[in-house]
Amino acid sequence: MSSILSIKNLNKIYSGKFQALKNINLEIRRGEIFALLGPNGAGKTTLINTVCGIVNPTNGQILVDGYDIIKDFRVTRSLIGLVPQELATDAFETVWDTVTLSRGLFGKAPNKPYIEEILKQLSLWDKKKNTIRTLSGGMKRRVMIAKALSHEPKVLFLDEPTAGVDVNLRKDMWEHVGALQKTGVTIILTTHYLEEAQEMADRVGVINHGEIIITENKNDLMKKMGRKQLILDLKNPLTEIPAKLSPWSLKLNTDRTQLTYMYDSAKEDNGIAKLLAELSLSGVSYKDIHTKEDSLEEIFIELVKK
Amino acid sequence: MMTLNWHAVYALYKFEMARWFRTLGQSVASPVISTGLYFVVFGSAIGSRITQIDGISYGSFIVPGLIMLSVLTESISNASFGIYFPKFTGTIYEILSAPISYIEILFGFVGAAATKSIILGILILGTAGFFVPLQIKHPFLMLFFLILTSVTFSLFGFIIGIWADGFEKLQIIPILVITPLTFLGGSFYTINMLPDFWQKVSLANPVVYLISGFRYSFYETSDVSVAVSLVMIFAFLAACIFLVQWMFKTGYKLKN
Ligand SMILES: Nc1ncnc2c1ncn2[C@@H]1O[C@H](COP(=O)(O)OP(=O)(O)OP(=O)(O)O)[C@@H](O)[C@H]1O
Ligand SMILES: [Mg+2]
Repeated sequence: MSSILSIKNLNKIYSGKFQALKNINLEIRRGEIFALLGPNGAGKTTLINTVCGIVNPTNGQILVDGYDIIKDFRVTRSLIGLVPQELATDAFETVWDTVTLSRGLFGKAPNKPYIEEILKQLSLWDKKKNTIRTLSGGMKRRVMIAKALSHEPKVLFLDEPTAGVDVNLRKDMWEHVGALQKTGVTIILTTHYLEEAQEMADRVGVINHGEIIITENKNDLMKKMGRKQLILDLKNPLTEIPAKLSPWSLKLNTDRTQLTYMYDSAKEDNGIAKLLAELSLSGVSYKDIHTKEDSLEEIFIELVKK
Repeated sequence: MMTLNWHAVYALYKFEMARWFRTLGQSVASPVISTGLYFVVFGSAIGSRITQIDGISYGSFIVPGLIMLSVLTESISNASFGIYFPKFTGTIYEILSAPISYIEILFGFVGAAATKSIILGILILGTAGFFVPLQIKHPFLMLFFLILTSVTFSLFGFIIGIWADGFEKLQIIPILVITPLTFLGGSFYTINMLPDFWQKVSLANPVVYLISGFRYSFYETSDVSVAVSLVMIFAFLAACIFLVQWMFKTGYKLKN
């Protein structure tokens, strides 16, 4: 039982018509950061809200730390913290009151020093007496994070935590999430900034049209799916690729000064040595040579194209 | 035995009460002022032309009805607003994802709304004491009616708050149903003063039973017997409990 979250054959059909989740199977490992990626409307929020108890599953089973989310909802929900996608706050309440309410709602006895600690970590301490409507958007989002952390959850869902957050603050948040992971919290996040997933996640899952297409260790995914390219800057423009070079399926760019070779870095024989030898035989000379790797973003676009 | 998440009930209750106390001026002033106005208009202006009803001066006679009028309206509006507002702002997500059952949500919201109504009822009673001589023959029964009515109609308001998906719907039942029923429910007269036909019609109005029973606890005069009043209120309470249970079981308008 190493999975902290285990989803089996989950389906969600909204109001008996629209199927938003199709037979989802997903295991989340204890202590990892899992990035759930997918285009708008893919079903990310639906999936998260189902685990959290906001959306009723149509069928299937969800276990959190081995407990069923319906039968043992008191246990599972107290293990979970959620920062929802939409900013929803009590505009007329103070930061302190609203975070205190959250802790109580999740069944924990009041603990002022702990709340003080989170507010300080999230740089909200000097705003604790402010009503929420007087805060900036980024601050409001941090209040939502403080609320989610108020009851010391073991699993944290962040549904697009960095939407509308400036670059500095985003970096801060990444650090914060990293620090949380070190305390043993499992984090599941969704984001449309692929570099964010690339930076933070241990594993990535891609969902599209309600189906999980792939779940993979991030590094493996990038190795496996990521094509590597060898790029040669030519000394003289080439009118045509010599016939002898056809086995490498090279690409010539439009101003005919660059040759690109796509290769699989995982393969024993990547064909580079032979290509370079063949090039000098054919009299194609180059002034520079470099390699480039697909980013997670490019892999992602490739994956959801279908 | 079911264990309740008391921290959650307390947190919700406290949060709801805190909001009320913050705006205590508005929350209390308007019902108290309008009650005062009723005394001036009905008690003094009109009351001076009506002798007595069942041996009680008209001013004193209308007190129980006036209290019920405010308690009913405020219970419904406080409870319906209390649950509607989080739905409207989206903060309901937290309540839905918290480890609490619907019973606890109910205890928190309905408990707070009922508390407000009870406080308000007592304040109006105090205000009335300034204008007219009061006499409460059965104080415990009076309190019992006050609490029972506050709880029942807060529950009713809670149901309206879940059902409503716009501010108009939130207002429509209090304005179109409750206010007329209260005015026709014998706040300002006893239904015995009506022609035979209208007396019969009035017996279909649930508010008649509330006011009649409540008035009995003051003056020992009533339109219908106290036992019938209690049975009717309990029947309405049971209907509300039944409805709210169904709403919770199906996630009606709360969950997809
Ligand atoms: N309450 C609802 N009733 C009916 N359909 C819904 C409801 N909520 C979501 N949907 C539909 O379910 C699908 C998945 O929506 P969801 O919000 O889960 O997407 P998402 O992956 O979170 O998208 P985004 O990146 O835009 O946040 C969408 O087609 C959406 O229209
Ligand atoms: Mg979403």
